[in-house]
Amino acid sequence: MNVTETAATLNGFAVRAQRVSRSYKMGEAVIRAVDEISLDVGTGEFLALLGASGSGKSTLLNLMAGLDRPSSGSILAMGRDLAAMSSEDLATHRNRTIGIVFQSFQLLPRMTLEENVELPLRLAEVPRSERPARVQEVIERVGLGARSRHRPTELSGGEQQRGAIARALVNQPKILLADEPTGNLDSKTGEEIMSLIAQINRPASGPGRTIVMVTHERALAERYADRIVTLSDGAISREERLR
Amino acid sequence: MKLGDLTELAARNLRESVLRNSLTTLGISVGVASLVALLSLGVGLQQLVDRSVARAGLFDTISVRSRQSTPFGQPGGGGRNPRGTADSVPPRPLDDAARKEIVALPNVLEVNPEVRFTAEARREPISQLVMVAGMAQSSQSSGTLDGLSGHFFSGADAQEAILQGDVAKRLVDVGQAPGSLLGQQITLRFAQRQMLPPPSQQASTDAPNQAVGPDEEAMGFSIVPSERKFLVVGVTPTSDSGGGQVGFNNAGIYLPLTVAENLQVVQQGDLRDVARAAPGQGTRYAALNIRATSPTAVAGIEASVAHMGFAAFSLIDVARNLRTFFAIFDMFLGIFGSLALAVASLGIINTLVMAILERRREIGVLKALGAADRDVRRLFFAEAGVMGLAGGLFGVLLGWVIGRAIQLASMIYLKRQGVTPPNIWSVPWWLVLGAIVFAVVVSLVSGIYPASRAARLDPVEALRYE
Repeated sequence: MNVTETAATLNGFAVRAQRVSRSYKMGEAVIRAVDEISLDVGTGEFLALLGASGSGKSTLLNLMAGLDRPSSGSILAMGRDLAAMSSEDLATHRNRTIGIVFQSFQLLPRMTLEENVELPLRLAEVPRSERPARVQEVIERVGLGARSRHRPTELSGGEQQRGAIARALVNQPKILLADEPTGNLDSKTGEEIMSLIAQINRPASGPGRTIVMVTHERALAERYADRIVTLSDGAISREERLR
Repeated sequence: MKLGDLTELAARNLRESVLRNSLTTLGISVGVASLVALLSLGVGLQQLVDRSVARAGLFDTISVRSRQSTPFGQPGGGGRNPRGTADSVPPRPLDDAARKEIVALPNVLEVNPEVRFTAEARREPISQLVMVAGMAQSSQSSGTLDGLSGHFFSGADAQEAILQGDVAKRLVDVGQAPGSLLGQQITLRFAQRQMLPPPSQQASTDAPNQAVGPDEEAMGFSIVPSERKFLVVGVTPTSDSGGGQVGFNNAGIYLPLTVAENLQVVQQGDLRDVARAAPGQGTRYAALNIRATSPTAVAGIEASVAHMGFAAFSLIDVARNLRTFFAIFDMFLGIFGSLALAVASLGIINTLVMAILERRREIGVLKALGAADRDVRRLFFAEAGVMGLAGGLFGVLLGWVIGRAIQLASMIYLKRQGVTPPNIWSVPWWLVLGAIVFAVVVSLVSGIYPASRAARLDPVEALRYE
């Protein structure tokens, strides 16, 4: 049973974008970063968004994350329309429904790894007594058990990205959004991170997670993703189903 | 985010830029300190005046006289009530019955007859005309005799005297301290009433008779000079050392009230009373002094007494004006003190706006991880609040030290001027609490703009910021 079938049996879409546009004003000119894109991401699917710089892939990811709002159209995440949500609800969506991983890791430099990972739990108002176990579990899962008391500056790039993944997973989101997660890493470390993300998508045991990953490395996308959607000038130019 | 997490994150953020935040907090501290130092001096001065006024019984004493006492034709005569009320009530004699009625009024602590007379105080070879007054036993605890050398009367009928410092100074030998009179005898010479003897009976000058009884009135009395020795047991501070009395009962020499009454000294109203036909019931008094349970009860008692047909007088209006003056005085001190705090609040705004610039990415990350605008706003608020609290606490301490220093300096200065320095500095608990709360409130208000600016940050923009 492949992942698409799994998605089909679950009978749902994790993310569904319908004629979504996002335009910016730059002086007099209006730039359409995302131009009427319709795209479904099945539950449990690993989707890679490919495209050149400025093609709109990161903007689309930000819209899915609820960090940005569409100028028109709608984006549904786990059945709820992000465009219609209040900013409070969007914050809850970012905290509970999705996890985000950035190219530049974005760990807070003044906190240790475990404090960074604890942040989403603080925001979710998880009781203090529950936090250490959950933080430790997810840090172990990304293979950083021995580094939890280190500050980001004391970690290598790969370790920092693992830490960021741990932080994205600690609230057990249904969807993991990754914006060029290997962009700042050498190819070997990039491979390691990709295989970690693949494991998160399809773990040896337990339920998997839907993954939407922005990348410009086609080779990595082809190796790990179920589907590749290529964007250019804010629109979908190509769609390939790999698995 | 829960308050505990919020405070923890705020404290962590403040620790990270420790120098800048410490300087900002120090700014608040200086503001609070100036506020506390100025207000503590204002409060201290007010308490100093309150104390000396309370010591003189100005706030809680009502003087009652019969409206019959002042004859028509004399300035203020005809028995007009000083407060201009209850003129319709017929005047009545100030006798035992009236005294009982007054004692029964609510909020009346005690009622004592006023015994005052002029006498010659003698300590060979010096003599001095002096006003003598009877002093109730309760004066011992009312603060009237603050700074007394020696002790209070050993009993209600002890043949003892307390001298005002200035009088004592005149009665001692040149070069001696007023206190050297303690334990010595002085002689008082005064005009004594002697009842005209009934046909079969000789009046005894020693008889413990009250002022003017009805029988005496019927028979009249003669006036003879009389002398009595008293042991000096106490000397009050002299007026130039900050002591001295300015009250209803101001006098040069005090005797126990009972002793003074029993001396049967001619009182001011005696001649008038002889001239009048209508007798009172029991003893008649020239004046009664009422002590109220608190200054707030004075106005009520005064009105009741006026209604009973007596002239009542208190200095409650003076007291009220004095309080208004100090309220305005303290307000001005507070405004000047707050100016420094206002400047400090600009420091908070500056620090937090700088923090937003520095922590743009961090705010972006927090938002990406699920922080609502409200969380970010509250985080900045908490940082402003923590700075305000720390600044307030330290400021109170600093203000205390500054106030103490001013008090010390003024003490040294006044001592050099030969004046016993009074305490002009007081830090009441409400000032401490108020200053801290004020510092926190000012800080939170200063935090409104930076906090809402941080909350409004676009997370996408903020994450892109390098």
